[in-house]
Amino acid sequence: MDFSDLSDDELFQTMQDDLYDGMKAEVFAQTQEALRRGFSPQEILDQGLVAGMEIVGNDFRDGILFVPEVLLAANAMKAGMELLRPLLVNTGAEQIGKMVIGTVKGDIHDIGKNLVAMMMEGAGFEVINLGVNNDADSFLKAIREHQPDIIGMSALLTTTMPYMQVVIQALKDEGMRDAIYVMVGGAPLTEAFAHEIGADAYGRDAAVSVEIAKKYMSRRRGQRVAA
Amino acid sequence: MSNRFLALLDQSEGAPIIADGGMGTMLMAAGLLFGDPPEQWNVLPERCATVRAVHRGYLDAGAQIILTNSFGGSPFRLKLHNLHEQTFELNEAAAALARAEAGATAVVAGSIGPSGELFEPMGQLTYAAAVEGFAAQVAGLAAGGADVLWVETMSDLQEVQAAVEGARRAAPALPIVATLTFDTRGFTMMGVSPAQAVAALGELGLAAIGGNCGNGPDEIEAVVFGMARAGASIPLVAKSNAGMPQVVQGRAVYSGTPPVMAEYARRVRALGATIIGACCGSTPEHVYAMAQALREQPPLDPALIELAAPVAERAEGRARARRERR
Repeated sequence: MDFSDLSDDELFQTMQDDLYDGMKAEVFAQTQEALRRGFSPQEILDQGLVAGMEIVGNDFRDGILFVPEVLLAANAMKAGMELLRPLLVNTGAEQIGKMVIGTVKGDIHDIGKNLVAMMMEGAGFEVINLGVNNDADSFLKAIREHQPDIIGMSALLTTTMPYMQVVIQALKDEGMRDAIYVMVGGAPLTEAFAHEIGADAYGRDAAVSVEIAKKYMSRRRGQRVAA
Repeated sequence: MSNRFLALLDQSEGAPIIADGGMGTMLMAAGLLFGDPPEQWNVLPERCATVRAVHRGYLDAGAQIILTNSFGGSPFRLKLHNLHEQTFELNEAAAALARAEAGATAVVAGSIGPSGELFEPMGQLTYAAAVEGFAAQVAGLAAGGADVLWVETMSDLQEVQAAVEGARRAAPALPIVATLTFDTRGFTMMGVSPAQAVAALGELGLAAIGGNCGNGPDEIEAVVFGMARAGASIPLVAKSNAGMPQVVQGRAVYSGTPPVMAEYARRVRALGATIIGACCGSTPEHVYAMAQALREQPPLDPALIELAAPVAERAEGRARARRERR
């Protein structure tokens, strides 16, 4: 696989296209090529991988792509990220934000939650994925350990979704609620439910969740600057 | 050898057949806790009577088909509770409990839900492993006396195919029904439209196909309409959730009341469904109202039914659409 004959613009355009089509090996090779040309890891992330995932996210939101295509695109993105991550750490590039995500207690479904995790990574977030069946303690422990900006809770069952409120209450009891943005999602959830249990936001799908998280982070950065 | 399910289809001569409603939500109401696997109740001496009582309730309400308490009974799901080594036993018990209530005429449908895993290359599950897992579940269901194998709430056509192949391997004589959940703007989560489902499932030699679960009656009505329009040549199944859950004081309450579900039953009937039941959030009260409406009220004129949700159709050439947009 040789992309050396492409112009810089074509290289990033092809990277986005191939990422969209879930072509892992190509995206890996294009990332290598971009590094070879002297682009910084941050530039490659922004102009290639994140830009590509944004198109994927928009088409998922608009019903043009579905879960299989998004997962394959996310895998392709990961291939590029493998090369960039160690370099990003070395150059001290700032994460856009950090999220702890998990399916709540009693619920062992994780396809949608993993999709959100991958799309969040795709948007440049650091994501700590706690997996399924997490009780309040598990969320609290992860929040203490990782100090995330956002906590995401998922449930597929009407019988498990009320547990989200238990976690939110635990955050309040521990005095941690105000410092963290609580997002919830899952098939049976609604905006009204999210509101009722005191979450900050309802992520209707993975793409919408990423948009909400990005908006929140930019608000938060704005506040920090203002302060 | 005659089969109860095929005989029921035969004898009803196109008249609507009533299937049951939700099992999980009924067991929750009876005390099943967060995260406990419903299938375990099939073998707990102090709990299996509750499972039977749910079946009894639906039969008394008029259900002619009852689904076994084995939705999460594949080894893939049971493994998450460390119960996968009891796959045969839990499924056999599920079918036997239903059989004990169903008597000689009602049909016992062995419920088979999704594995919850993704196939390669998106996930880890291989086709061969999926076939093997579903076959293990079906062996139990068949041994317990299931009349038909009922693959439901599916979103991936490949997984349906694996379940069907597993079913045929373990119980070659039993007919198979498959229903998908079209909960993503009228598509399944994996992007399958009702018309695509008809085309793909039509090749599997199934006894009936359809839609179940999801976001309530509006959605299933469009699914049934879409499947009928796509030329489905086998009976269509509609098993809708009782609307969407709302949380009232920490508990999920479904918006679809019995009168709402009775109207849904008449509407899907007119749109082309033969086997009509309900799913999450429904109770025997809902099924009773549905059965009464289908038996006693005049049929609706399909031409006068206005669909509340559009019929999903997959756009051709998605990649092309994307390039054109740029």
